[in-house]
Amino acid sequence: MSNDWPLFEVFIRSRAGLEHKHVGSLHAADARMAIEHARDVYTRRQEGVSIWVMRSADIIASDPQEAEALFEPARDKVYRHPTFYAIPEEVKNL
Amino acid sequence: MSATPATPATPAASLQGTTLQIDAHCRYVLRLADTSLVLAQRLGEWVGHAPELEEELALANLALDLIGQARLLLTYAGELEGRGRDEDALAFLREPTEFLNLTLAEQPNGDFGQTIVRQWLIDTWQLCLYERLAASSDTRLAAIAAKALKETRYHQRFSSGWLVRLGDGTAESRQRVQRALDELWRFSAELFAVDQVDERMHAAGIAPSLTELAAEWSARIDADLSAATLRRPAALPYPWQGKRGVHTEHLGYLLAEMQYLPRSYPGARW
Repeated sequence: MSNDWPLFEVFIRSRAGLEHKHVGSLHAADARMAIEHARDVYTRRQEGVSIWVMRSADIIASDPQEAEALFEPARDKVYRHPTFYAIPEEVKNL
Repeated sequence: MSATPATPATPAASLQGTTLQIDAHCRYVLRLADTSLVLAQRLGEWVGHAPELEEELALANLALDLIGQARLLLTYAGELEGRGRDEDALAFLREPTEFLNLTLAEQPNGDFGQTIVRQWLIDTWQLCLYERLAASSDTRLAAIAAKALKETRYHQRFSSGWLVRLGDGTAESRQRVQRALDELWRFSAELFAVDQVDERMHAAGIAPSLTELAAEWSARIDADLSAATLRRPAALPYPWQGKRGVHTEHLGYLLAEMQYLPRSYPGARW
């Protein structure tokens, strides 16, 4: 039956957290069932206060073949990191 | 009872009345406890056999909620009884005829459709019941009901969702779930069959009126059936008396499995 049910990605917002975080995926026949499954699989130990689910098929992902073209150019541009600023000693928690 | 005594009640008679009241109170709580416990045991039988991993977790979660309710209720029933029996003694050391669960709860799992229909009939009943019990004059019972109500709302959402999905699903799922409904419907009359225990508890403000409960249950059942495009079976006479300790053959087997370990190894601990 698993083969018939589409895969859903599950995102949970934790009590303290602001954003929904990806926690995993599961199979379900429809959206309502996906929420119920996510509740049972991923929030049974009070992990969350809100659930998002979406069909995995609806995610548009970057192509691993293009990883070099997409991400490599950022490697030698160290000036994009704010590491050249002297931080005054009085400033805490930066 | 309708007969009014001609003379004022003697101390002995009023003492007897008190004993009867406590006995009815204890039996009432035991009925609720046993229905949750037996249904939980049935749901647990799906573990390792459910059609989907996710459904297995879902059914086990329902079972754990129901065991939680049963533990609170059994503990309370033991205190009302006053013979020193705790939740474990009541769950594991009673005979089938001492169990007071609804006959519906002990019915076998059958296929997934039958499990869902049984669950949905009882979830809807518990939902209507706990909503009212949360306002019971018995504050202990009211607190247990208020806690159980949150879980039960989810249970009913789950089982009614599946009822609609199966009823309004494929030709086969529809046929199977309708057959399960036709098969289990005859046990539903017991949910609202009033006896002396119910009358006493209602008169004391502890339990709700089963007639009112029946009307609300019926309305909710009809709404879900309509969404599931299923046919409500005709009302049938009420030959089932699980809540009075008279059970179908299925309960004995269920208890034999559930009680095996504590009976074979008395006092065993993890």
